[in-house]
Amino acid sequence: MNSVGEACTDLKREYDTCFNRWFADKFLKGDRSGDPCTETFRKYQRCVQKAIQEKDIPVDGVDFMGPDKDKTET
Amino acid sequence: MVKYFCCAGLLKSTWDQVCIAFWQRYPNPYSNHVLTEDIIFREVTPTNCLKSRRLLTKTSRAPRWMERYLPKHMARKAYIIEDSIVDPQKRTMTTLTWNISHARLLSVEERCVYQINPDNGSWTEIRREAWISSNVYGLSRAIQEFGLARFKTGVTKTMKGFEYVLAKMQGEMPSRSLTETATDRARETALAAKEKAKDLASQAQKKQYV
Repeated sequence: MNSVGEACTDLKREYDTCFNRWFADKFLKGDRSGDPCTETFRKYQRCVQKAIQEKDIPVDGVDFMGPDKDKTET
Repeated sequence: MVKYFCCAGLLKSTWDQVCIAFWQRYPNPYSNHVLTEDIIFREVTPTNCLKSRRLLTKTSRAPRWMERYLPKHMARKAYIIEDSIVDPQKRTMTTLTWNISHARLLSVEERCVYQINPDNGSWTEIRREAWISSNVYGLSRAIQEFGLARFKTGVTKTMKGFEYVLAKMQGEMPSRSLTETATDRARETALAAKEKAKDLASQAQKKQYV
């Protein structure tokens, strides 16, 4: 899948491959022996965060797990 | 007024498989509207949960009747945020997804909880809830109805996409284990032949001594 930053797609794929292996083989099995993808993630983030700024995508200040809205059934 | 929708879904794969597929589900034949996908935040919490934020770009086409009311040069794509928490201890995955563009026009917020199916431990159930709202004066009701209909179509596509990715993942695995089985069997046969040869040799030796 492509990254929102055209220049970041290769870095993203490299990270995704690393992450998917770690997630299936280590994380889900309860193995906490460190994250081997830190460096590839850092490189990928440097690229994608720049793209987000350039494209003015409004991701800043958005709380994790969404805005705490009043959810009512209608 | 917010429109609320709730439904349950079932995937005939284990919770682990579903979680693995969750990160690999784009692209699939039912996701043509998804243009880009990025992880923009990720951490493992001290309680060993995985928190992630994914940013998606999707095409967003409004129906004809609605386009009349929209600004002429409005972007025909939308940015979506999808936050998630994977808890491998409790075996739950919770996701919250919502659009950060055109939200005044139509806001869709979706919450999903993925858990092991209580009746069949190798299946995964999904409880899905959605809150759909619009702030367009005089049209909010009609827009919400449209939003809900589109959301329901989207759920069908999501599930089909998921099933596709899972089938692909599982299709690869039996073939790999078949190869392994074949290798093991070949090794066993070779070992058995070697043992038999040794046996024959020692018998031949014994005969010589007799």
